[in-house]
Amino acid sequence: MPKTLEPIKTKREAELREAFLKEVIGMPHGEKIKNCIQCGTCTGTCPVSRWMDITPRQVVALFRAGMIEEILHSRTIWICASCYACRVRCPSGIKVTETLYALKRLAIDKKIFPKRFPVHVLSEAFVSNLYKYGRNFELGLGIRYLLATNPMRLMSSAGFGLSMMKRGRLATRPTKIKKVHEVRAIIARAKELEGI
Amino acid sequence: MEFAYYPGCSLEHTSKPYDQSVREVFKALGITLREIEDWNCCGATMYMSISKTVAYAVAARNLAIAQHMGCDICAPCNSCYTILRKANRYISWDPKVRDKIFSALKAANLTYDKQVDIRHPLDILVNDVGLDTLERRAKSYFDGLKVAPYYGCQIVRPVKHFDELDDPMTMDHLLSALGADVVPFADKVRCCGGMLMTTYEEIALDLNNELLLNAEESGAEVIATACPLCQMNLEGYQAKINEKYQTKHEMPIVYFTQLLGLALDIEASKLGMDTLVVRPKDLKLKSKDKKVAA
Repeated sequence: MPKTLEPIKTKREAELREAFLKEVIGMPHGEKIKNCIQCGTCTGTCPVSRWMDITPRQVVALFRAGMIEEILHSRTIWICASCYACRVRCPSGIKVTETLYALKRLAIDKKIFPKRFPVHVLSEAFVSNLYKYGRNFELGLGIRYLLATNPMRLMSSAGFGLSMMKRGRLATRPTKIKKVHEVRAIIARAKELEGI
Repeated sequence: MEFAYYPGCSLEHTSKPYDQSVREVFKALGITLREIEDWNCCGATMYMSISKTVAYAVAARNLAIAQHMGCDICAPCNSCYTILRKANRYISWDPKVRDKIFSALKAANLTYDKQVDIRHPLDILVNDVGLDTLERRAKSYFDGLKVAPYYGCQIVRPVKHFDELDDPMTMDHLLSALGADVVPFADKVRCCGGMLMTTYEEIALDLNNELLLNAEESGAEVIATACPLCQMNLEGYQAKINEKYQTKHEMPIVYFTQLLGLALDIEASKLGMDTLVVRPKDLKLKSKDKKVAA
């Protein structure tokens, strides 16, 4: 696109745009996002698009219109369950799921979240379990997430938890791997390389 | 045949029946599973939302350990399967990502220079062991039991591996070989919502209610799955779905390996059948001996 046709952007918009493009264009076949024909196949294929405030097709449209901050404030990127249906159907070969992941990372990095939908809390709780134990701790993760977001749901989820526990399918204590220091060293080095 | 076994976190607890049945079935068929020593969580979809490099590097620790075991990985959880394969793919595709992953592994004195393959037990059982062998080894069969094969999403996507993206047939063929009547299930690769059950419960309940309704409409008496998240959402939340939508679902959700195990005459308790929330009433399991005798 010729530069003169680009929409007027604020400094913040330009900054977000640059960070996003660096991520997306940097991945293999990432440049295909430029080929979006706005056909809406992604939205039509998506099993959860009807709950999104911005559809996957609109994500690309809004980006082109210079409204990336609107996308980051939407629930859309956090509703995507990464089933890759859009990715395999897109006639332009766009990695839609990966693009939404890139937006999630940008949102977390810039701390821009939808109002009253702190889904990123789950990602962060999960990651902290992995750092502490080397494995996921389902019960701890669930409780921590619900406490931080919707403590009332702890009550309505208790039945499910107990039924699983009764069958020996829910651990009350985390499993810690022996060489958890290796996992921590890997995470630390990888973060350093990413500059985070 | 020998594989480096990567159970993944779900199979340790919530999906214990899957772990039990995979191990039992493989043992019965003479395939060795050596658990990857001290394996760690693959990072699932969660780490991918924070940092790609960290996500791949954490997953790659398991690949590095498996490499030194000298065999390919068997990963039954669809999510682990996809993440481990994805890490592998990026390591071979993208030199920038690869260098970062290798450098992160080096911080733990690990190397990963010879790629191992990551296989799903469904793929191994049907394509390596083979349907003929499975049919021959089965001592019992499911006499016309109507089963909906539910593959889930990440077993076939995003990149084609052992089966078709839109209409995989591997599990259909496996269940047919065991005498089951596999019903046409249009939702076989439709997403169950995965972690949405925790983050946006109302969405996930709706998705799973639809899956159950569609399976019932296709005449299924039982749904066979190949993924811990699908099984947990469909089974563990069935009571909640019934309450919310005033439905009367009573659909057993079993792992395909549990059905195979039963056909191989492995004791039901060893396959974790007794720890299911919705216990199947009658799987129409009949002994082949009687069939011959009659």
